[in-house]
Amino acid sequence: MHGRGGQGAVTSAELVAQAAIDEGKYAQAFPAFGPERRGAPVQSFIRISDKQIRIRAEVTEPDIVVVLDPGLLNIVKVTAGLKKNGLVVVNTKSLDNVPADIRANYRLAVIDANLVAKETLGAPIVNTTMLGALLKASGVVKLESMSEPLKKRFGKLAEKNLAAMKRAFDETQVKEMATNA
Amino acid sequence: MTKRVGMEVSVAIGEMVKMADVDVIAAYPITPQTHIVEHLAELVADGELDAEYIPVESEHSAMSACLGSSAAGARTFTATAGQGLELMHEVLYVASAMRFPIVMTVANRALSSPLSVWGDHSDAMAVRDTGWIQIFTENGQEVIDNVICAFRIAEDHNVLLPVMVHLDGFHLSHVIEPMLFPEEEQVKAFLPINDYPLPLNPAKPVAMGDFAPPVIYTEAKWAQEENLRKSKETILAVWDEFAKAFGRRYLPVESYRTEGAKTLLLTMGSFSETAMTVIDKLRDEGQKIGLIRLRLWRPFPFEELRQAVKGVETLIVLDRALSTGGPGGPVCSEIRSALYDMSFRPKIVSFVGGLGGRDITATGFETIIKRGMELARTGSDKEFQIFGVRE
Amino acid sequence: MPKSDNELTWKDLEIGCIVTTPGSAAAYRTGDWRSQKPEYDFSRCIKCGMCQLYCPEGCVKVNTQGYFEADLYHCKGCGICARECPVWVITMKEEA
Repeated sequence: MHGRGGQGAVTSAELVAQAAIDEGKYAQAFPAFGPERRGAPVQSFIRISDKQIRIRAEVTEPDIVVVLDPGLLNIVKVTAGLKKNGLVVVNTKSLDNVPADIRANYRLAVIDANLVAKETLGAPIVNTTMLGALLKASGVVKLESMSEPLKKRFGKLAEKNLAAMKRAFDETQVKEMATNA
Repeated sequence: MTKRVGMEVSVAIGEMVKMADVDVIAAYPITPQTHIVEHLAELVADGELDAEYIPVESEHSAMSACLGSSAAGARTFTATAGQGLELMHEVLYVASAMRFPIVMTVANRALSSPLSVWGDHSDAMAVRDTGWIQIFTENGQEVIDNVICAFRIAEDHNVLLPVMVHLDGFHLSHVIEPMLFPEEEQVKAFLPINDYPLPLNPAKPVAMGDFAPPVIYTEAKWAQEENLRKSKETILAVWDEFAKAFGRRYLPVESYRTEGAKTLLLTMGSFSETAMTVIDKLRDEGQKIGLIRLRLWRPFPFEELRQAVKGVETLIVLDRALSTGGPGGPVCSEIRSALYDMSFRPKIVSFVGGLGGRDITATGFETIIKRGMELARTGSDKEFQIFGVRE
Repeated sequence: MPKSDNELTWKDLEIGCIVTTPGSAAAYRTGDWRSQKPEYDFSRCIKCGMCQLYCPEGCVKVNTQGYFEADLYHCKGCGICARECPVWVITMKEEA
């Protein structure tokens, strides 16, 4: 998951992992370790499996990449190591903002998370919104499994975050590779 | 009922310390241990844990405060990492010689310079001689289980020694993963109250921390040494009790798929889990190869190690710390020394890697094993192999 | 008869070398190396206790007549009591 420090990339990884664990799966979530500062590009990693996860290293060959900030598409190679036919979930207004090579080689899920977040949450904090997109495009955990972790993490604010997530889930456009023009 | 919880390992440590009903926490924050002490501070502030939290001004003070609280008979906990462990260095020797049952989790971190907040074992290797019981862990479950065991081991009247539980900084401390949490009642049943035999008490005054001229220093140190060695009996007994109460068993040397293995890889810490995936792959390819891990670092498990390498031809040791200018891999040098007098001992190849938080991937382990087996055949003019350096 | 230091074995030591006899330092015969000792003319003594307050060894005790007198097992002969006594009860005389 690619984001900028302060956007909640680490928190979202945590939430997905907790949801997977609640579903009885095994999961591992951690940030790219080290000190960070607000606004700087950051990464967080998630592994989900039905079996115990024993790899303890950064994810270098992801199946899925989530990009919380569209500006990162131009400065970070978000698809580094991404498997063939991998999925890229991007926060962007339009498919046209996604570089052509990404459009051509990977599955895409696109949502204008900034808009959804602003309208549902009242602030452009997109991490929970993007989780909706991720779940829609990949189904790694069930949407319902997210409510407990969100409630524990956000307390009173959980409802709005869940709403943003659900809206993104409904509105995310998933494009398979073959139909990318 | 055990609960399956998804939580950051550092926070889970805090939860275990809470269940252990600790009396005093004197700690100073340092990456990557911060989440442990922050969570504990929250628990104390919110009234969920009835303990005295002493926010000291340095790790030296933290350990010094722990000496005092433990001397008064309080169940004492602290945590540190890297430079913090070094800053309290002189006090560590005092804690063990004075026989205080302090429990400390160390989120292993590389030592400066250059400044690194990332994980390796150099901090742990620097405190080998401090007289503490030291246990290494590989995943979140092992961490929380051994934090509970640590209190019981430390406070046992046959032991009365401080215990360090080592966990990889960041690679374990900052990872969210599933763990089985015991019930608070189970933990309380497992941990009797701390009953230090000679605490500071105005009604029964004692003098602690005295001065020993040459005529008696050797005896004092030998008494300490005998006690540390003998503590292994209690450690094994506690792990046995733990297995009966909670269903998970811990051993001084853990083996993974070592049956009939001619080649063994030895690792410590969370790397071991990545290594296991490689062992699986190589075993599937028909290679007779296994993995052993040292869980009990001090007192050093001589018998269990010698037993584990019986009949093994090649032992590849991966150290996550570098003893500069010396034998290279500190763990490897101790292994070599432990096995030296065996009439049949494996060829030992020393690798040092994963320094300063550098990952070793499954592919990396495959390379290490292949190269290690090669070097066992050809020999090497180097004391050890450095893995992963860009030249 | 307690063992002397060079007879103690490691098994004789308490855990952490804790000393369980309080005030055991009093067993040291610190009066052995003095070069002068206090001599008293109690006819002058007003029992003010200043010598006891000032003694750095804390070895001035009240004798059976109620006068303040140094216990010579511990007295190191520093002479502070003689200096501080307001009525000059004490003179320091060289040890034989």
